Amino acid sequence: MSKLRDVFQNGHKAFIPFVTAGDPSADSTVSQVLALADAGADIVELGVPFSDPIADGPVIQAAGLRAFAGGITVNGVFAIVAKIRERSQVPLVFLTYANIPFKYGYDKFTARCEELGVYGLVIPDLPAEEAGEILPYTEKHHVDLIPLISPTSGPRLPKLVKHATGFIYIVSALGVTGQRDGFSVNLPELIQQLRQVTDAPLCIGFGVHTPAQAETLAKEADGVIVGSAIVQMVADNPDPAPVIGAYTKQMVAAVQAAQVGN
Amino acid sequence: MLKDNQTAKQDNRFGEFGGQYVPETLMAELDKLTQAFEACKTDPAFQKEFHDLLNNYANRPSLLYYAKNMTEDLGGAKIYLKREDLNHTGAHKINNVLGQVLLAKKLGKTRLIAETGAGQHGVATATAAALFGMDCEIFMGKEDTERQRLNVYRMELLGAKVRPITSGQGLLKDAVNAALQDWAAHPDDTYYLIGSAMGPAPYPAMVKEFQSVISKESKQQIQAVEGKLPDAIVACVGGGSNAIGSFAEYIDDPRVKLYGVEAAGKGIHSGKTAATMELGTPGIFHGMKSVFLQNDEGQIDKVYTISAGLDYPGIGPEHAALAASGRATYVGITDDEAVAAFEYIAKEEGIIAAIESCHAVAYVQKLAPTMPKDATIICTLSGRGDKDVASIAKYRGVEGIE
Ligand SMILES: Cc1ncc(COP(=O)(O)O)c(C=O)c1O
Repeated sequence: MSKLRDVFQNGHKAFIPFVTAGDPSADSTVSQVLALADAGADIVELGVPFSDPIADGPVIQAAGLRAFAGGITVNGVFAIVAKIRERSQVPLVFLTYANIPFKYGYDKFTARCEELGVYGLVIPDLPAEEAGEILPYTEKHHVDLIPLISPTSGPRLPKLVKHATGFIYIVSALGVTGQRDGFSVNLPELIQQLRQVTDAPLCIGFGVHTPAQAETLAKEADGVIVGSAIVQMVADNPDPAPVIGAYTKQMVAAVQAAQVGN
Repeated sequence: MLKDNQTAKQDNRFGEFGGQYVPETLMAELDKLTQAFEACKTDPAFQKEFHDLLNNYANRPSLLYYAKNMTEDLGGAKIYLKREDLNHTGAHKINNVLGQVLLAKKLGKTRLIAETGAGQHGVATATAAALFGMDCEIFMGKEDTERQRLNVYRMELLGAKVRPITSGQGLLKDAVNAALQDWAAHPDDTYYLIGSAMGPAPYPAMVKEFQSVISKESKQQIQAVEGKLPDAIVACVGGGSNAIGSFAEYIDDPRVKLYGVEAAGKGIHSGKTAATMELGTPGIFHGMKSVFLQNDEGQIDKVYTISAGLDYPGIGPEHAALAASGRATYVGITDDEAVAAFEYIAKEEGIIAAIESCHAVAYVQKLAPTMPKDATIICTLSGRGDKDVASIAKYRGVEGIE
């Protein structure tokens, strides 16, 4: 059974913050992730930097550049995870681009993930049509490949959710990551369509930043993902861990407020 | 009617290369584009309109010119130049643009976007946008807007907006990143008119289809004057569109040797190069599995060459497959060699050719003398060199030329 699925048991709504590994240093990432876990994050999404992150807006692109300036490498990211695992069992997923696991070797990369307790992979440039090349390895090593659903997916939905062993990532807006006030997707309608074809938990991200947004989204979805807003705090604060921890507490409370029965 | 594409397999792959490695947001668009492209191949109305544009707007067929002076000077194979530089807008890029703009119209798009390096593809796209009354925005690395200022102004004259891209190195690769992002933000009204035989399927096969007019013509032309097929085809390779168009009709005929010429910059082992085939490894980037200059962790490398149009860390997937199978050979030419060829062909033949094309010319200078006098080479002159005059002058230390 998927470790990620466990998070959502009994209708639990998840808050999923994102930080870029190595931004601005490996040590900082370790304390950031521990702060997020302490603040009640249900899953932490860790960005493995790629030189050309085409799905990311300026904020997360800049985080990648800071991480490279700090000397981050792929093995460096695995070392960060190992350090986190000395102190916390918070569920982790990686967000990265296809070339990183391809070059590392799909088998070796997913094996390292399994070893260190990275439960899922989000790979924006590996759509359903190409996922077949990594699926044998994610299955072998019990790592969930997280499908992305976009406002343009329409008739593609059944194909996209076919291998959703963990959760599903709904991209709430067109374009790249970054904070937004409006979302281009008719969420209730999309969620209804998805519920008809999958029982996987549905998490929504791309542009969420306020607790009010998170609460509204969590009424429909099973989880809320926040990236750029947190990464911006990392950029703005010399000691980001307490700042993103405090923010995460608020967001967790907002998501919990949407929980049925609360 | 166009012939069925012979190397583009149904499954979008060229051997292990190709595919569609793009965010989900773009997949529905790629599906629609694939359908429109497949349909256009056998649609007589589309074919008629496309060929009308090629012949009556773009000035096709382009000449196959016998370069007598070069041939005599080099003392080997007979050298023919396929004169894509004589096309309207001054490069082969217009062939592909005219095909794709018709598809964009068919798909109901109102806005064209494109990446450009040397600016030739940007100019061709801006031209088509003007002709068809469409909005147009061109993404161009900041560094390239500076070294190709003449073309920036041409695009603006044609009514396009040029967006200088400062991310990364401010080069072609970064312009492609920005264009892909813009497309993902505006999939409804926007058509991404990719300028080379690269990117996610169906682009590599589609660009090849539209550029294959180069070799369809050259095959007839050479047979008319020589009564036989050429012995070698030589073309420069950035993403690979003029080369794949120059190769297309000969790929199934192994008697014809195929040479793709890459930009080696300051030398293959200088660390300042764009020689993808010599130094690259398989990877996934810009929507395709192909060969890329990258480090062993898969981070894409910085590239360098004097030629803005060849300054790309990858290569189209069909070229990667042609290299893997040994069907085509890829060689590197340095800045110094290309600049010398720029001057050589100007003095020998009275042709100022694009610095990109001069990489191919420089290789012909090496290849021709090794071949017998009754052999023939067709070298594609992919573009004209006006845009490069100022930077070549600067390279030679000539001052005051802007
Ligand atoms: C004149 C000319 N030749 C060649 C190229 C390289 O592109 P490709 O390899 O797609 O032919 C360019 C690109 O800008 C160009 O302008």
